[in-house]
Amino acid sequence: MKIHEYQGKVLFQKYGINTPKGIPAFSIKESTEAFKTLDTSPVVVKAQIHAGGRGKGGGVKLARTFQEVEKLANDILGMKLITPQTGTHGKEVQRLYIESGADIDQEFYAAITLDRNKEKDVFMVSTEGGVEIEKVAEETPEKIIKIWVDPLLGIKRFQASQLAYGLGLKNDAFKEAVSIFLKMYNCYLSTDASLLEVNPLVKTKDDHIVALDAKFNFDSNALFRQNEILKMRDLSEEDPYEVEASNFNLNYIKLDGNVGCMVNGAGLAMATMDIIKLAGGEPANFLDVGGTANAETVKNGFRIILADDNVKAVLINIFGGIVRCDRVANGVVQAVKELGLKVPVVVRLEGTNAKEAQVILKESGVSIIPAIGMKDAAERVVAAAINNGDK
Amino acid sequence: MSILIDKNSRVVVQGITGSEGQFHSEQMMEYGTNIVAGVTPGKGGLKTLDNTIPVFNLVSEAVEQKKANTSIIFVPPPFAADAIIESALAGIGVIVCITEGVPVRDMIQAKEIVKKNNSTLIGPNCPGVITIDECKLGIMPGFICEKGNIGVISKSGTLTYEAIDQLVNVGLGQTTAIGIGGDPVIGTTMKDCLALFEKDTDTEGVVVIGEIGGQMEIEAAQWAQQNMSKPIVGFIAGQTAPPGRRMGHAGAIVSGGDDTAEAKMRILEECGITVAKSVADIGELMKNIMNTK
Repeated sequence: MKIHEYQGKVLFQKYGINTPKGIPAFSIKESTEAFKTLDTSPVVVKAQIHAGGRGKGGGVKLARTFQEVEKLANDILGMKLITPQTGTHGKEVQRLYIESGADIDQEFYAAITLDRNKEKDVFMVSTEGGVEIEKVAEETPEKIIKIWVDPLLGIKRFQASQLAYGLGLKNDAFKEAVSIFLKMYNCYLSTDASLLEVNPLVKTKDDHIVALDAKFNFDSNALFRQNEILKMRDLSEEDPYEVEASNFNLNYIKLDGNVGCMVNGAGLAMATMDIIKLAGGEPANFLDVGGTANAETVKNGFRIILADDNVKAVLINIFGGIVRCDRVANGVVQAVKELGLKVPVVVRLEGTNAKEAQVILKESGVSIIPAIGMKDAAERVVAAAINNGDK
Repeated sequence: MSILIDKNSRVVVQGITGSEGQFHSEQMMEYGTNIVAGVTPGKGGLKTLDNTIPVFNLVSEAVEQKKANTSIIFVPPPFAADAIIESALAGIGVIVCITEGVPVRDMIQAKEIVKKNNSTLIGPNCPGVITIDECKLGIMPGFICEKGNIGVISKSGTLTYEAIDQLVNVGLGQTTAIGIGGDPVIGTTMKDCLALFEKDTDTEGVVVIGEIGGQMEIEAAQWAQQNMSKPIVGFIAGQTAPPGRRMGHAGAIVSGGDDTAEAKMRILEECGITVAKSVADIGELMKNIMNTK
């Protein structure tokens, strides 16, 4: 789960990490009021969307006067902000953050994330702040300083010092950086974050260390114990069908293809998408119905897949382990009867009670295309999609 | 021979009185698994499963009184890592955690404890381990398997079943099948499993099923190139997965580097592994290799 920068800064303030003063704004009026309340100049008007690279797309601008804030708010609110991370469609800006400008002396990069290979959190800093860290990692990897945190010990003070030394900091700025790195790790740990990135983290001209950005990702598996974070979820940043699917415990991701698919198990679902592509089609979605595929899940899955007009045929691929194929077959029949068959449906059922399932599908009278094995299923559904698309 | 578990494994089920624990304990016993005890905190002293299996409050009691040496965990996500740590500290040798949705923070700690206590953890978020006709420690449908000479390693549950089904259809049985789990941090890696199969005298070939995200497949392939004498057929799911999206499994996400399906397939091939481009070819490819041996 992601949150906005202004929400991240609320967390930073809670954990004692310095940030400039700022106020979120949902309208032009709120933006100018924020400017008045902050009572400082310049301010930065920042688009709040769940994607990085906002500055490049024209979503972060400096303003010195009431009128400038008003004009920028008018320009940015409602715009489709396109950044390297949003894709070509861009994202509509619905929220702004009006923040006091900072007197910057030096810009740094700081981030904490899980290193999957080492199975430890890695804390990275770099003197190359304000630019794309991927580029730094590729071109001048020696400019990224890393420490790994022992999961049983947590971060130690000497490690935070190592990071601050690495940035070449001295005296008060050094002490403040050490303290901020320790607080950053505490914040990361306490919120079950999977990524905490500050780019840039700056040293101001009066020797303070201040976070000018706050990017968070959170471990979805830990949200059950993170009520404060869960309240920050902004559903308007997510695909509405993906949100609806998650309400039914379905794991759905929308793609751009013409062949819908409904599968039990994430690995098999990915492999089904892949084999649709190999057979000459394009998958329209990822959909894992999980370990409890019944009439209700099948029906909801169908509805969500078919809401996408690009879908010209649907493949249902179930390998019954604990899930019984006869139950799935009954679910398919019931769903088709209730929702009607708008597109051809190919069904492949294997595993527990597969034979009984074939009989149910055959005797139901609904016109489902049965398939045996994944190759056969993929070829049939792609042929059906092409046939249907030509109509 | 087989790896990790066999008919002599003495199994304690953590979370035995829950609905998942009850259902799968019955299924496992039906398959022949030697379940000697269950654990549910607060329900010690009960007997469950038709009054045959004693329930304890603690894993250590099951170890002391019933000589349990293997555990399987059906405990909800908030308590799963605690259950793993309890087992490791009680001296359990092989721990299988089925639970999906364990916070990664909990897992990196639990894994450290497992390592320090020289236990082996399989999972979490996995279908478990099955040694054909001897012991099932998990939720997979045992009836689809046949005893034979192929080892199976997979990050995915239903894709494991798919591979087993294809192997059976081409006349190849299995020694042991391991679902290692789809989370970013898991107890036993692909490389660990390959090493176990390499040592197992009954296993003659191995199927490895990976997916996008992380470096585990690459690490395993590079190790295999240096150390593995037995042939491997590999498959990587997620060739069509969009970058930056989590594909069901918590660990299945393309986030940069060589963690795409394309990169992994290329590196596996470079390391001498026979890579199935289509999931439907896994069985046939293994059959061809076995026939020409």
